[in-house]
Amino acid sequence: MTKTKGNTHLSGATLIKSPTGITGLDEVTGGGLPKGRPTLIAGSAGSGKTVFAMEFLVNGVTKFNETGVFVSFEEPVEDLTKNFASLGYNLNRFSDNKKMIIDYIHIERSEIEVTGEYDLEGLFVRLGHMVDSIGAKRIVLDTIESLFGALPNEGILRAEIRRLFRWLKLKGLTAIITGEKGDGMITRHGLEEYVSDCVIFLDHLVFEQVATRRLRIIKYRGSSHGTNEYPFLIDKTGISVLPVTSLELIHKATSERISTGIPRLDTMFEGKGYYRGSSILVSGTAGTGKSSVAAKFAESACQRGERCLYLAFEESESQIIRNMRSIGINLEPWVKKGLLKFHASRPTFCGLEMHLVQIHNLVSSFNPSVVIFDPITTMMSIGSDNTVKSMLTRLLDYLKMKKLVTTLFTNLSHNEDLEKTTMAVSSLMDTWILLRDIEIGGERNRGLYVLKARGIGHSNQIREFLLTKEGIDVRDVYLGQDKVLTGSARLAQEAEEKAEGLIRRQETQWKQRELERKRETIESQIKVLRSQYESEEEELRISIHQAKLIEETISRATREMAKSRKADVIKPAKRK
Amino acid sequence: MEKKALKDELKALGKKIKASPGKRYVLSLYIAGATPKSTRAIMNIKKICEEYLMGRYELEVVDIYQQPELVKEEQIIAIPTLLKKLPLPLRKFIGDMSKTEKILVGLDIKTRK
Repeated sequence: MTKTKGNTHLSGATLIKSPTGITGLDEVTGGGLPKGRPTLIAGSAGSGKTVFAMEFLVNGVTKFNETGVFVSFEEPVEDLTKNFASLGYNLNRFSDNKKMIIDYIHIERSEIEVTGEYDLEGLFVRLGHMVDSIGAKRIVLDTIESLFGALPNEGILRAEIRRLFRWLKLKGLTAIITGEKGDGMITRHGLEEYVSDCVIFLDHLVFEQVATRRLRIIKYRGSSHGTNEYPFLIDKTGISVLPVTSLELIHKATSERISTGIPRLDTMFEGKGYYRGSSILVSGTAGTGKSSVAAKFAESACQRGERCLYLAFEESESQIIRNMRSIGINLEPWVKKGLLKFHASRPTFCGLEMHLVQIHNLVSSFNPSVVIFDPITTMMSIGSDNTVKSMLTRLLDYLKMKKLVTTLFTNLSHNEDLEKTTMAVSSLMDTWILLRDIEIGGERNRGLYVLKARGIGHSNQIREFLLTKEGIDVRDVYLGQDKVLTGSARLAQEAEEKAEGLIRRQETQWKQRELERKRETIESQIKVLRSQYESEEEELRISIHQAKLIEETISRATREMAKSRKADVIKPAKRK
Repeated sequence: MEKKALKDELKALGKKIKASPGKRYVLSLYIAGATPKSTRAIMNIKKICEEYLMGRYELEVVDIYQQPELVKEEQIIAIPTLLKKLPLPLRKFIGDMSKTEKILVGLDIKTRK
């Protein structure tokens, strides 16, 4: 025992931890298991308790130079050795070197008769003998609960197990105690009651027939720890725990910029391209050229002499190389030079966690500065939105934290939700380029625009995106009178115009008819007036004629009278 | 006369014992130091042996503190443990040997009812 409990609360004194050497676990626990104290690992059958415990011991020997004792209550030593040989551990080598002792304690219930009070001093002596003989620092008891089945009188057993844990602490042993999951309790026999320092729970989660192992730290006295359920994996390299997210967002950001590989695209990002170490999402509908943008980026990385890892989930290596050659991107020389590495696999080949571990291993062995993930959409077939998102989050965290890797993801989306990525991964991305079809004049063209680019002043223009034999070209689009119209928008506009035209024509026709009617009315009015006028004229003419007649008659009578009076001839009188 | 009869009887008894070779007992009692429990166990088992197995038993008392390697060999977990090595089958008795009836039945000295 290195510290008393009280010390952990005082300033300056921190809990000393014993690193497990298990990938990810030391990160989650902030350095490992509490040194010199027992840790309980509980879980259902087959959840990986034994592997976990054994890995702790093996790593102790191989990585931290701490010898260990493995006490099995369940499996004979030969079985254990065989089982772990399949995980790549040669346990015999450790025991030959006196670095590790594996012991099998077996109690046959049927052979035993209880005849009064007893204690477990035999176990203590046995453990003590083994620990002392190799100077062990670590010990595993797998599973001490077997004693409950083998020995009667639970009261004595409990008291003895309590004494055992005290003894382990006194010996300064960092211990792992495994325990079977119980109903409503962490362990079937309530071991958690005695192991109060650190409790880790292992579990299975099955989704769509793919099982994911998960780990959760239930308690860790005197230490902060991640509280999430962390997926973990057992493969031929042992256990890897994968933190869902890094506990902190502390990755360093650089202001270094790297070219996109497409000069006109660079100009859309202030002429400099992406940030190094950022994450880029290229999404678009089928056939819009997502992979081409990715390949161009890969090519430019290789041209700079950087390594690029291309994770392909839809096409094989040779297929990609052939297809890219058709648009003037020749990737083959880079593969031969060893700067470009393809990793092509079907997503359904294994579970998400397995993929993640594969990628981890590839990245740590190949050490690329650019990783291309083409496409993320296919991952949907093996996990729910959330698990895929959490996997990508962890991948990005890993890539950003450790290596300053620039990552480019492609994502297939559908027309309806082009700007709504299927997995809502956009929030994880620093830069988002959208590729889409633009239909003008009976042809489909590719359009490219930058939806977002964190920390980069970027163009807001839609550009036309051309895939030619000479390579990728980005050009300005043709803009119409006041807007660029495509697809259904254009159809809607046309229909609207058609309707407006119809209304206008009907209006004109109606106006014409109205005019006609007015003219007819006026003409008939004119007729009436004319006939009135004509009758008045007639009347006047008659009266004029009568007046003339009268005058004539009068003048004739005057003349007659003058003649008769034989008056002088005078000029005819003026007309009145 | 009376004395002779008693002697004869004893002789007959001795012959009887010797005539049953399968009934020879080899016992080991594992204890840990001189705790009261250990002492009690030694006393109890000695009494049983003397009473029921006189002349046909070997009792070995092992202090596991002195011989810790035996603990593994014989899979001794609980202390005190009495190991019946012979006659077969192997049988273990744990505890302070205070339950005489149980031990007698277990040692096949008495049959279970």
